[in-house]
Amino acid sequence: MARTVWDSTVGKKAVMAVSGAIMLLYLVAHVIGNLKIFFGAGEFNHYAHWLRTVGEPFMHYEWTLWLVRVVLVVAVVAHAVSAYQLSRRDIKARPSKYVHKKPRASYATRTMRWGGIILGLFIVWHILDLTTGTVHSGGFQEGRPYENVVDTFSTWYGNVIYIVAMLALGLHIRHGFWSAAQTLGAGSRTRDRALKAVANVLALLLTAGFIAVPVGVMTGVVS
Amino acid sequence: MKLTLRVWRQKNADADGAMSTYEVDNVSPDMSFLEMLDTLNEELILKGEDPVAFDHDCREGICGACSLVINGDAHGPERTTTCQLHMRSFKDGDTIDIEPWRASAFPVIKDLVVDRSAFDRIIQAGGYITAPTGSAPEAHATPVPKPDADYAFEHAECIGCGACVAACPNGAAMLFTSAKVNHLNVLPQGAPERETRVLDMVAQMDEEGFGGCTLTGECATACPKGIPLTSITNMNREWLRATRKAGKR
Ligand code: HEM
Ligand code: SF4
Ligand code: FES
Repeated sequence: MARTVWDSTVGKKAVMAVSGAIMLLYLVAHVIGNLKIFFGAGEFNHYAHWLRTVGEPFMHYEWTLWLVRVVLVVAVVAHAVSAYQLSRRDIKARPSKYVHKKPRASYATRTMRWGGIILGLFIVWHILDLTTGTVHSGGFQEGRPYENVVDTFSTWYGNVIYIVAMLALGLHIRHGFWSAAQTLGAGSRTRDRALKAVANVLALLLTAGFIAVPVGVMTGVVS
Repeated sequence: MKLTLRVWRQKNADADGAMSTYEVDNVSPDMSFLEMLDTLNEELILKGEDPVAFDHDCREGICGACSLVINGDAHGPERTTTCQLHMRSFKDGDTIDIEPWRASAFPVIKDLVVDRSAFDRIIQAGGYITAPTGSAPEAHATPVPKPDADYAFEHAECIGCGACVAACPNGAAMLFTSAKVNHLNVLPQGAPERETRVLDMVAQMDEEGFGGCTLTGECATACPKGIPLTSITNMNREWLRATRKAGKR
């Protein structure tokens, strides 16, 4: 069955939809966590420490966190690989363009592809910046995410990269959420408007929620 | 009306093609688009030139043979087939670009004619029901609920023209395949092959080299028969259901 799914365009699209939904769920939790930065270093750093102790005493220190990380890596890789393979196939299926060009065609598809590439690069930078500290500006302090976040958003490029990526995320979710519903067969004529409304609200809340943090640092609300 | 036509000319499948420009005069607004092309071809034949090859058959919008991309739109500016498009949709002095369906699964044979046998093979993979042949069955033998009958009919309207593929930026055949799958899968007569139909038709669709669906909706906008985009959603649901059932067996 796994082969049938992976070898079919319909099945591979379903893999994209499910992995996208997993990432989306994670992002909802992530944005709620991020907003705690507005309640001070104590609360934010305590929350970050708690993330490592979730599930204790059943789980050992950081086990739950690593479990989530593994699921996310699998989701990102499955999503990106299927996006790449499907896009290659789509381009091959329509090799010659029409001489008479229509501007409207494929706007959503193109933004999904470019947006996806931006998000992929962002995810790598984001981990190297705030998880491992490899490319962090100012000394990276293990266990003090509040201070690290303030460092990142005290640089102009940190703000630019982050805000551009979050705008791309909003567009990606706006088309992606609705798309995933169609891919998984959950859309219908009567449900269409509701699905589009939920997609818009989710996209807006996540983008606004994530961008609030750099804006908070830039305006000095968080320092 | 006097018109300038820019038409895709290509000698055969292997030759390189290009747009050629022609002037046509005395075009009546009441002519159909194909009659206008007939006029052009008569002139070309009188001049001893090769007439423009294009597909057509019924010329009443029911067979699915006609297939032209007109000014970038499959079947032109109105929501109908090329044969049902009339010259009143254009203005005197217009320049009209005429191109064949474009998709690697629909190779050009000559000029504006493409090979759509990939659709036949998708149908052969599952677009049928197994039923005893012979005299017509008694009409009440298999009751069909009215909403199901309407749904089947809506999808049965697909004439297999391929405009959906031509309009899709990915050259995908999802709208066509979903129309055929949904038409039969909703009916009791189609129930015995409900799972194999969708699995085999989608597999054949992939095999033919059509692209995948990115839900841009260009297909449903171009479809002369109004097959809705939700048809694809419903086929996805049927495919996932059939895959789950096949996995359990
Ligand atoms: C590695 C980075 C990413 C890449 C390369 C990527 C790329 C893509 C592409 C090309 C599509 C298909 C668009 C189409 O079919 O028109 C897509 C769909 C989607 N993406 Fe992403 N994306 C990425 C990250 C994300 C993230 C972080 C989320 C989390 C919200 C997400 C959620 C979705 C969803 C829900 C869909 C819809 C799937 C469907 O159409 O059924 N993606 N992505
Ligand atoms: S779905 Fe519409 S556009 Fe596609 S083949 Fe059928 S009638 Fe033509
Ligand atoms: S010629 Fe038959 S549908 Fe146009």
